[in-house]
Amino acid sequence: MDKQVSFLDQLFDQGILHDSGVDGLYARSDLFEEVITRFEALAKSFGKDETSEAMVFPPGMPIKDFETSGYMKNFPHLAGTVHAFCGNDHDHAGLLQCLEVGEDWSENQKPTDVALTPAACYPLYPILARRGALPAEGAYVALQSYCFRHEPSRDPARMQMFRQREFVRAGSADQAIAFRETWKQRGQDIMKLLELPCTVDVANDPFFGRAGKMMGSSQREQELKFELLVPVNSAANPTACMSFNYHMDNFGKAWDIRQQDGSHAHTACVGFGLERIALALFRHHGMDVESWPAGVRKALWG
Amino acid sequence: MNSTIRDLLTKHGRLPVSVDTIADDADLYEAGLSSFASVQLMLGLEEAFDIEFPETLLNRKSFSSINAIAASVSQITETQQVA
Repeated sequence: MDKQVSFLDQLFDQGILHDSGVDGLYARSDLFEEVITRFEALAKSFGKDETSEAMVFPPGMPIKDFETSGYMKNFPHLAGTVHAFCGNDHDHAGLLQCLEVGEDWSENQKPTDVALTPAACYPLYPILARRGALPAEGAYVALQSYCFRHEPSRDPARMQMFRQREFVRAGSADQAIAFRETWKQRGQDIMKLLELPCTVDVANDPFFGRAGKMMGSSQREQELKFELLVPVNSAANPTACMSFNYHMDNFGKAWDIRQQDGSHAHTACVGFGLERIALALFRHHGMDVESWPAGVRKALWG
Repeated sequence: MNSTIRDLLTKHGRLPVSVDTIADDADLYEAGLSSFASVQLMLGLEEAFDIEFPETLLNRKSFSSINAIAASVSQITETQQVA
């Protein structure tokens, strides 16, 4: 179980994923996508009674909102921003020449208004803020987005481009905390249906640098983040397949999301790492979905 | 030392109240110190006292009050002088 490369190669051999030559960037087979679609339907069914609306985001978000998120304070090493050619004819000729001789051609690549979305819920907050104060019952949104993090790896569970499905709660502190506790339990219930071994543990985000050590230990001490871990590549280092996060009023303040009484909204989210959950299913139940346990097939295919 | 710490708190702490109103043993997080501001404060302390916080002290407790910060700085200063 600790041979990461072999699991990745096995996925390539079976045609479940296809190599691109860049670690963490893979084509998905129809079967892999179907497992993800089925899982998403299952996850959505657990939140259907509370969800007030649903959204799907493109893989990029406005650079202004990306700046507001504070991502560059905490995770500059993981961020990706979109640049595009902004030169004239002369610059274009230079670019082509650089390409031809294999030199750096990025001189006239300039920042655009787009950053790659680092976390699926980030594009939601400015949308909520623009609507004005939240209703008394708060907001309860189901969403999904492709995300990017610059961390090339041969661990198939650490992709550079991957999808997160989330439920996001915005409202009072009580509403946000209750939501997070509910989903901590529901996450384990879902994994039970999928017959995947899991543990839930307090966690911290991978903050950058020495200052990040402090941010991380502070996050753990305040128990703001929990992860649901499943052994995928390694029994010793299980993979976080879900996370349950309480952001306090950090995002409420950053984007100026208000409650009815004018105070800043508190937010919480539950995130499902869709590729990771699919990989966990293939890892534990085999490459042939037809022979997955009956209970798992029933949970996913009905 | 506490007056230097108070100056740094004023500069980096982004507190909603004046540092003068905060007692040496008062909880700085209750006074509004954010995690991010405490990181800025930590970097300011390193520069002011010419020290480096070891990982074992990079936690909430080390920055929970002016007295706690002074204790952390003293501990580092002693250790780093011995070394």
